[in-house]
Amino acid sequence: MCLAVPALLVELNGEEGLADLHGNRLPVNTQLVPGARPGDWLLIHAGFAIGRLDEEEARETFAVLAELQAAQRAAAPEQADSARQEAPP
Amino acid sequence: MNPPEHDVRKSLERLAAATKGGRELAFMEVCGTHTTAAFRCGLPSVLPRHVKLISGPGCPVCVTAQQDIDLLVEAAGRQGVTLCTYGDMIRVPGRRGSLQEARGRGARVHVVYSAMDAVALAQAHVDRQVVFAAVGFETTAPATAAAVQAARRRGLTNFTVLNSHKRIVPAMQALLERGAKMKDGLGIDGFVCPGHVSVIIGARAYLPLARDYAAPCVISGFEPWQMISALARLAELAQSGRAEVINEYPEVVSPDGNRAAQKLLDEVFQPAETRWRGLGLIAQSAWVLRPAWREFDAQVRFGLTPPEDCEPKACLCGKVISGLALPTDCSLFGRSCTPLQPVGPCMVSSEGTCAAWFKYSWRQAPHRPLPILAGASP
Ligand code: SF4
Repeated sequence: MCLAVPALLVELNGEEGLADLHGNRLPVNTQLVPGARPGDWLLIHAGFAIGRLDEEEARETFAVLAELQAAQRAAAPEQADSARQEAPP
Repeated sequence: MNPPEHDVRKSLERLAAATKGGRELAFMEVCGTHTTAAFRCGLPSVLPRHVKLISGPGCPVCVTAQQDIDLLVEAAGRQGVTLCTYGDMIRVPGRRGSLQEARGRGARVHVVYSAMDAVALAQAHVDRQVVFAAVGFETTAPATAAAVQAARRRGLTNFTVLNSHKRIVPAMQALLERGAKMKDGLGIDGFVCPGHVSVIIGARAYLPLARDYAAPCVISGFEPWQMISALARLAELAQSGRAEVINEYPEVVSPDGNRAAQKLLDEVFQPAETRWRGLGLIAQSAWVLRPAWREFDAQVRFGLTPPEDCEPKACLCGKVISGLALPTDCSLFGRSCTPLQPVGPCMVSSEGTCAAWFKYSWRQAPHRPLPILAGASP
């Protein structure tokens, strides 16, 4: 549950941004990483950026974390009903 | 950086050299992601015989007390409540079933990806009371703090949290204290410290463990060679009697951690005593809402009181997460308790120790043949 994954920040509007994770666009809140800018590699956990890393490190860290996330996903069938709030309450 | 295979071999050689002729060493990892990572690559099977890697209380789902699960189920059943939770929690069985079962009975239970999604849901549906199930260690708690602040800024009166956020270091401390005190307590020779919790709390957070309990601590990444390297480093430190904190994941972990996140935590939460599954009450081990934020406490808003804590009969989860038992010591393992029909949280959570054993290591328990289950993947 404490797994965080690196993703590239591509858009930023105030504190709210969009990060590119394997081609998926992921909403991300950047308030915990002040000064984050599009083009930065961020470590993302539960919709929040919790740290920054450089690109080479991000790529190295990426492979194993992505695999681990896939393994955990496969074991936990229940995914978020929606990444945003469209679903009925 | 060297190619990983090379580093695996080199790290294993270092580990073997450091432990040669020495006493038996037991190291504990306290991170669910380390548990998954270790089992996935078969790490326990390549360790030298006298090195033991124990999976400690590192999975937030697994350490959540039964009474907290019961409280979530009760809140979900209240009139007008929509309960938002991370997906990991939804199948954990409480005394009156899991959140998933509550949903089957008509409760509104909504799985969210981020605490902010719960806030957005509250804003979009002012006729519902949105309760967010706040679970997790320091990696996750800042998101809850941010959500609570956002709810206040937006003037929401229909958003609350049922909070069971926990702090990892007091739990590690409690394990060391108990290990030292009790005859049957566990001797821990050092910790593999969690990678992403450390991003928030920083490497220095482990200094008291090294200083006051002489426990070496090595912060590790999640590549197999990184974990083996951390174990090798721990073995070297333990053999030479040096209790130090070493950061082997400096790509993302700094000495002081994420200051912005710490500030946010401090604004909204304060440490308090709380109950952990299997470990009981541990002082200073919870993040509870400060009085200034009590209006966002679901327990206060709905007058909920935690029921008596009672863990499922025969389930050894408590002992498993304290390192005192292996999943295969549990009479239910692989029989009435499987990932499809979990009895305890260590089997529910994808990063629980029992789930990891079931998935990756069941051959180590040949005396307990597994039932054939559709969809189960031993
Ligand atoms: S096998 Fe199931 S019942 Fe036994 S300790 Fe693990 S989770 Fe609990």
